[in-house]
Amino acid sequence: MKRTRVLTTVAGVAAAGLALAGCSGGGGDGGGSEGGSGDEVEVFTWWAAGTEKAGLDALVEVFDEQHPDVEFVNGAVAGGAGSAAKDLLQSRLQAGDPPDTFQAHAGAELQDYIDAAQVEDVSDLYDEFGLTEAFPEDLLDRLTVDGAIYSVPANIHRANVVWANPGVLEESGLDPAAEYASIDEWIEAMEAVEATGKTPLSVATTWTQVNLLETVLLADLGAEGYEGLWSGETDWTGSDVTASLEHFETLMGFTNTDRDGLDWPDATQQIIDGQAAFNVMGDWAEASFAEAGFEAPADYVYFPVPGTEGVFDFLADSFTLPVGAPHPDGAKAWLETVGSADGQTAFNQAKGSIPARTDADTSEFGAYQQTAITSFAEDTIVSSLAHGAATPVAMLNQITDATSKFTTGASDLATYQEELAAAAGE
Amino acid sequence: MNGVRKVWPPLLMLAPSLVVLAVFVYGLIAANFTTSITDNHTAAQATGQQPTSFVGLDNYVGLLATDDFQHSLMNLLLFTGVFLAGSMVMGFMWAWILERPARGEGLFRAVYLFPMAVSFVASGVVWRWLLNSNQGENASGLNRLFQMIGLDALQNNWWNNITFGIIAIAIPAIWQLSGYVMALFLAGFRGIPDELREAARMDGASEWQLYRYVLFPQLAPVALSALVIIGHMSLKSFDLIMSISKAANYQTKVPAVDMFVFKSSFDYANSAAVGTVLLVIVAVVIIPYLWWTNRKENTR
Repeated sequence: MKRTRVLTTVAGVAAAGLALAGCSGGGGDGGGSEGGSGDEVEVFTWWAAGTEKAGLDALVEVFDEQHPDVEFVNGAVAGGAGSAAKDLLQSRLQAGDPPDTFQAHAGAELQDYIDAAQVEDVSDLYDEFGLTEAFPEDLLDRLTVDGAIYSVPANIHRANVVWANPGVLEESGLDPAAEYASIDEWIEAMEAVEATGKTPLSVATTWTQVNLLETVLLADLGAEGYEGLWSGETDWTGSDVTASLEHFETLMGFTNTDRDGLDWPDATQQIIDGQAAFNVMGDWAEASFAEAGFEAPADYVYFPVPGTEGVFDFLADSFTLPVGAPHPDGAKAWLETVGSADGQTAFNQAKGSIPARTDADTSEFGAYQQTAITSFAEDTIVSSLAHGAATPVAMLNQITDATSKFTTGASDLATYQEELAAAAGE
Repeated sequence: MNGVRKVWPPLLMLAPSLVVLAVFVYGLIAANFTTSITDNHTAAQATGQQPTSFVGLDNYVGLLATDDFQHSLMNLLLFTGVFLAGSMVMGFMWAWILERPARGEGLFRAVYLFPMAVSFVASGVVWRWLLNSNQGENASGLNRLFQMIGLDALQNNWWNNITFGIIAIAIPAIWQLSGYVMALFLAGFRGIPDELREAARMDGASEWQLYRYVLFPQLAPVALSALVIIGHMSLKSFDLIMSISKAANYQTKVPAVDMFVFKSSFDYANSAAVGTVLLVIVAVVIIPYLWWTNRKENTR
């Protein structure tokens, strides 16, 4: 008697499970069957919280003004700094159920989607919307793959920025306004901080260490040598790379020991709380200082990573047109707004990044953003490694794994360099 | 004719689950294996834009030969060993204490079982804070606790140790599953009739002899079940490790994490190969158990 009851329960649970599976399967293409191809647009992002959410909301406001007949459907997926979203996106594209447009870092990270024939060439839209003249040429070069462009950038971020706490610097006998010409000079300053017992350089989990690594490589090899690492012109096994990795090793020696359990906001928080002197992070960190009510240069200072003055290590969030999107016209309307001057102004002012267009109205942007806008216009632009602009995902994952192995102490510098060279396919 | 009539209804009843099993379990295992013996290493190949070719067991040979994968397997072995031993010992001790009717027994049973109700992800986040690796002035979590009670020497870097770090992650796993093992053993104890104990005492058995020769043998099947359940959970551990550590962290890599990283790199062949390796490891644990219980039921 008891046994039958157990069996019925199990059967019931199984049936409920099947019913649920059926629902979720049907939900995905529910929007596609009704109406034309341009009455709505599902926008897939990982902008679900904080300033990213604020930026998306501002962008949607402009979109509703420009395209009142197209309904915006928010397909944001939260979690893991975008890794949860990328995971879901991968399965959806694989299953032939793409969103109408999805967020991706511009540059080499798109390569996999291009190779898999999952995104459309949008060069025509660049002509149609007049984007070719509006974006700087350096940027267009980095977006172009075999003569075609596959995404429209919404913003520009800079990855090679040092954030510092002036109070901690003064305590260590350092001038907060000092400029460091090279990594070596910077290391001397860190030794002074270390003597006070504070953490000289705060860092978080592996990708932030890769962010640090790329800026050190950039400082030591120069813009051309750094770009050569990705094009194959710079030899990964060379002695100049070895010297740069030694710098990286020294810098990692100045960092907090609990780094692997933290994410970037925790490392930035250590600057805000005065536990650490320096932190290398992309300029999205600016939002954390603003949130804490900090004012530069009294409460915090920022400058390009020593040795990278005049170089802008860029990454950009961009939007694509997937092959087989259920509402291609809706997606085109979205891309038009993303690329428009109004859209870029609204989005970037809220998110804390800067517009990719050179003609967007930036008069009301914050002080840091103004300096970034000047640098972006004048500096040499290079692609960020840690944020998918410089290499495809597989290579970045290999570099990340090798870096974790090295910074935990499981491999020595020679092995590390070999593994990096192997990741680059040498 | 009569025989057919007797066979059909049960077969019809079973058919849906058989079909679902065939497609979603065995079919997918086969699909996984066929992917693992190809050179499907890029996004273009995964979507059929470029051809894949048969490479035999090359992916397996390649994986097993790398230090990194061996490190993952070693981590898995350490984690499983400690997790198994810890939760079995703790679970048994608690069951043994609560086995004799004591005051507040129900309360303690609930207290010990509670951690199991928490999801691995939620407890993982909290344990990540507790297992913070800072020592000295910046210490927090358990290290700070050790300082407060004057046991400074016990401070350590927890899961950030390259070789034994994974054992630190077994601590929350033991904390969560010991209560479950306790429940299993309690059920085992309750299933032993009082007459057996009384008979043993009548025969003059000491308390130790009573346990050694009467109770423990009766508990053996329960212990084996607990071992297999905890063992296969441990081999498949992913969520707890990912919420305490991160996928990229070398010190806490296990095959399930490797599988995830390969998959996110669009390297489907290697990802499938890791999956097959995991399946084989779990099968090594489960199949003898199934075989053993099956044989016992047949002889009964």
